[in-house]
Amino acid sequence: MSRVPWAPIALVAALLVPAAGSRFYTFLANDVVIWALFATSLNLLVGYSGLVSFGHAAYFGIGAYATGLLMKKAALPFLLAFPAAGVLAGAFALIFGFFCVRLTRIYFAMLTLAFAQIVWAICFKWNELTGGEQGMPDIPYPDLAVMGRLPLVGALRVSDHYYLLSVLLVGLCLWLLRRIVRSPFGRLLTTIRENPERAEFIGVNVRRYELAAFVLAGAFAGLAGGLFGIFNRGVFPDFAYWTKSSEVLIMTLLGGMGTFYGPTVGALALILLNQQITSYTEYWPFVLGSILVALLFGFPGGLAGAAVALWARTLGRLRSA
Amino acid sequence: MFLFLIASGLSLIFGVLRVLNFAHGTFYMLGAYGAYQLVQWLGVGPGRFWLAALGAAAAVAALGGLVERVLFRHLYGKEELYQLLFTYALVLVLSDSAKMVWGTQQKSVSRPPELTGSFSVFGATIPSYNLLILLLGPAIALAFWFVLQRTRVGRFIRAAALDRETLGALGVNVSALYTWVFVLASFLGGLGGALISPMRATTPGMDTEVIVEAFVVVVIGGLGSFWGTFLGALIYGQVLSFGILLFPRFSIFAVFALMAAVLIVRPWGLLGRPLR
Repeated sequence: MSRVPWAPIALVAALLVPAAGSRFYTFLANDVVIWALFATSLNLLVGYSGLVSFGHAAYFGIGAYATGLLMKKAALPFLLAFPAAGVLAGAFALIFGFFCVRLTRIYFAMLTLAFAQIVWAICFKWNELTGGEQGMPDIPYPDLAVMGRLPLVGALRVSDHYYLLSVLLVGLCLWLLRRIVRSPFGRLLTTIRENPERAEFIGVNVRRYELAAFVLAGAFAGLAGGLFGIFNRGVFPDFAYWTKSSEVLIMTLLGGMGTFYGPTVGALALILLNQQITSYTEYWPFVLGSILVALLFGFPGGLAGAAVALWARTLGRLRSA
Repeated sequence: MFLFLIASGLSLIFGVLRVLNFAHGTFYMLGAYGAYQLVQWLGVGPGRFWLAALGAAAAVAALGGLVERVLFRHLYGKEELYQLLFTYALVLVLSDSAKMVWGTQQKSVSRPPELTGSFSVFGATIPSYNLLILLLGPAIALAFWFVLQRTRVGRFIRAAALDRETLGALGVNVSALYTWVFVLASFLGGLGGALISPMRATTPGMDTEVIVEAFVVVVIGGLGSFWGTFLGALIYGQVLSFGILLFPRFSIFAVFALMAAVLIVRPWGLLGRPLR
């Protein structure tokens, strides 16, 4: 489409946010960055593989608890606790996904929902480990003293340091996800989405590919969860509740399924919108629901889809003129 | 037993329209709020509560029909994801509207005056209202079953669940039928909410809780299967109560595990039929 290197520009812009000096903007930006990763991981399933997961919050929650527990109770450094979130969430996704990919369409969605509710129920009730209903407050920040010694960023707040760390990690994850989507493996996922019978026919083990996508998506959701637990300074059972799963689905849809940066745009748009609207009215869900209805009827491709369509139309008009 | 009322509405919609209706829990909540409101207006008196309950259920049914007619029908041809998300959008909008109208304070409805006493059955004391609900559940179930099995509309509904194209080709107005299915299902949901309102406090948030319970029930029993839903409600109740007895903390877990197990072994539920 264009040669503008949007991704690096966005990365640099994101890294410059703390320079504005506002604790609030950094907070918002951090929220956006983490949700962007969560939504993009879901997009790998819903957008690229055509698997509608209604329980993606489970892996987000598992990742958050994994990192939180390891850092708080076992006092492990972030460097170990963070990858552990991805590994553990991926492992659970492997177990759950093994059963889920055997089912099709609506049953797939329901089974993912059932597993997510199991995860939620365990988090909600296992007081000794997870703190039960009360959740687990006071997750420590990772030790980022290193950043304090760097030039430029040394003078910033701890929360700013954490934000920079999240941006870099999310950037890395998104880059990996992009590589995955662009790889032959990713192309095959899209083939499966478009025509599973045909994929089977040309010798692709459809279930195994779907399972692999499920595990990858779960692992990246877990990483997002790990980052979010620290950012939120606490981990709570509703991280894994089904309404969270639908929230992230809305983000993915708002941004545009199947376009790689769509979910990132969706996360950005939804969080900023939430911020704006909650300062006027407390009835945010009402607005969100209305947006969603408008989206479903008006822009099924989401914001990114609409933008791409508009771009194509203008280009076409320019050419014909 | 009241859970059966709600779940049967959910199951009905899935059976015919192949849609998981998240908004069904919200219809249930609106039924409870509607009953509260009507009791406020009508005052307490003999028979007034029943009038209020029926009125609330009818109002919810009308709302359900309206939503189907104006919005939902445009999504039939699209992917399931859009339908799921649309019903979720309904949850957000409707439950927030309920919050605007009735606030966040919990509301309670007093029991109908003719049923404030209690009975003792096998040495256990049961408030007579609860006993009545216990009996009313199967009664409504039977009436519902009768409608499905014996009436013309019921026959059409069952036919639509099996093969909607053929039914349409035979000259039945399938689109109007869908609206009626939505009306009927919403009526069941609203009635469930209205009848439960004297037993439980009516609060915002009761919708997202109950929908998950209702899901478990219909998934275990079989989506779209009437007796399956009945069986599912029984199993759900038993697992939950015995679960509380045996390992109090993990009874919720046991219920979801059961749901997952059923989905793995028989995705269409214990008494359901597999989809084509």
